[in-house]
Amino acid sequence: MTALLSIAGVSKRFRGLVAVDRVSCEVAEGEIFAVIGPNGAGKTTLFSAIAGALKPDEGEIRFLDSRIDGLRPDQICRRGIARTFQIVRPFPALTVEDNVMVGALLRTADTARAASIADDVMRRLDLTDKRARLAKSLTLPDRKRLEVARALATNPKLLLLDEVMAGLRPTETDRMVAILRELNAQGLTILLIEHVMRAVLALASRVLVLHHGAQIALGRPGDVVRDPAVISSYLGAEAL
Amino acid sequence: MRRLAGGISPRAAGLLVALLVALIAAPYFANDYLLTVLILILYFAYTGQAWNIMMGFAGQLSLGHALYVGLGAYTAAALYVHFGIGPWIGLLAAVPVAMVAGAIIGFLAFRFGVAGVYFAILTIAFCEFARIGFDHVAYTGGSAGYFLPVAQYGHDDLWNLRGRPVMFYYVILALTAVAFLACHLMLRSRVGYFWRAIREDEEAARALGIDTFRYKMIAVVISAGMTAVAGVFFAFYYNNLFPEQVFGISRSIELILAPIIGGIGTLFGPVLGAFVLTGLSEGMTELLHALGFDVPGAKQVFYGICLLVVIVVLPDGIWPWLSRRLGLERRP
Repeated sequence: MTALLSIAGVSKRFRGLVAVDRVSCEVAEGEIFAVIGPNGAGKTTLFSAIAGALKPDEGEIRFLDSRIDGLRPDQICRRGIARTFQIVRPFPALTVEDNVMVGALLRTADTARAASIADDVMRRLDLTDKRARLAKSLTLPDRKRLEVARALATNPKLLLLDEVMAGLRPTETDRMVAILRELNAQGLTILLIEHVMRAVLALASRVLVLHHGAQIALGRPGDVVRDPAVISSYLGAEAL
Repeated sequence: MRRLAGGISPRAAGLLVALLVALIAAPYFANDYLLTVLILILYFAYTGQAWNIMMGFAGQLSLGHALYVGLGAYTAAALYVHFGIGPWIGLLAAVPVAMVAGAIIGFLAFRFGVAGVYFAILTIAFCEFARIGFDHVAYTGGSAGYFLPVAQYGHDDLWNLRGRPVMFYYVILALTAVAFLACHLMLRSRVGYFWRAIREDEEAARALGIDTFRYKMIAVVISAGMTAVAGVFFAFYYNNLFPEQVFGISRSIELILAPIIGGIGTLFGPVLGAFVLTGLSEGMTELLHALGFDVPGAKQVFYGICLLVVIVVLPDGIWPWLSRRLGLERRP
């Protein structure tokens, strides 16, 4: 396994608060890597630093062996890292198809070519029958899948998912898990921030646990959930 | 051809062709007065289309578009008066001048994060700078006005844009048609998708790899350049330019009413809005006149009422509603 993304000693402070405290980890090509932790653990801050929405105060983030920390979000996306937003942000007045087209047009200026990419992505995300609907008319589960579809259409090597399961019913969660598994099987590397342990356990090959910005565990999901530090800070004793 | 027709339903295309044919034939039926009204309508349809690129497509509200009309008008007029350079060559200077002005405003705003209403205020400010500035430029007549030589022309001199209203009518009709087509093509291309993404959610657009600064700049520069073409037309049609009138804020407002009433972000909106607004207001003025009333400011009051009605009843403008009623929506 070679590291696709490597994070080395990354810290981010907001005034006095250390949101992310010297976190280091590597995401290997082809894996599904999860970041978990209680609210305020710094997951989203770390995510934002990778996606370019925030510049880390210290440390370095490398993707495909070149530094990406401090680049703009659009530059990072063009390098091959696509993201979703925790609070979904579809383009509300555009149709599902046009939303996905925007992503696809990043890699080609030819609209016919982009349309066929969009077709393919919509099919993989179960959105084909809703292609003509306006994004604002979709239900939450559909919007979440649209969020993933749009990111996927940019043809990323690494997909960053910020709580893509949040607010989904268990059946919807399972549907999303199946979709992500399928994408991963086709070679996509995924980094996800997740609260829904059901999904994490089903998907992740490795898990990073953050607490107060610091990493307290890193390993296979089965091992991590038995780690006493993780149990006391996050899962709670009843999780056993 | 498929590219041209893409996204337009057969019924909409039919309507468009019918409208174009009617407009081409209009001078054979219309008297001089009606022709001047039609010129005014098409002028607002054209400028509205140009403004719509910035606001309707890319979501950047400009309230100072008179700046680009004025720069285009003054540049071409100055070249004509001082050097005898005709308007078509003048365009080659007038359009870049306006584009540079747009680029400066865009750069300042987008580079330093001036957005929303603050961006709109910035555009007003630049238009006001120009108004006050041109008041003091003796080279172009200052506040006393700048006049193009007028003579009675027996024939139409298209090359120098000197002639009868019917020539101006066909010129502005051609410009409006080309602008419509250009906007249609842009909307269906990558730049159009990216603009709409920026309009809908700039941060999400950036996350999809769109260099939002660049695409907003493209919108401003194209819009400014297109608007300047209308400015050149304006100068040669009216033959006089006063900074107070050309760059006045009411001119900027006038330019944006047609797309707002017709439907922001739609292709037909500016055209429809111009017909409704100018058509009805001229009609009303005529009616009042015929009835023996002389009500100053009636047109402005009418504009106000139109805006109110549309905003309350059809906040998206008339076109989206009308196209649904006519069954012109593209079916999935």
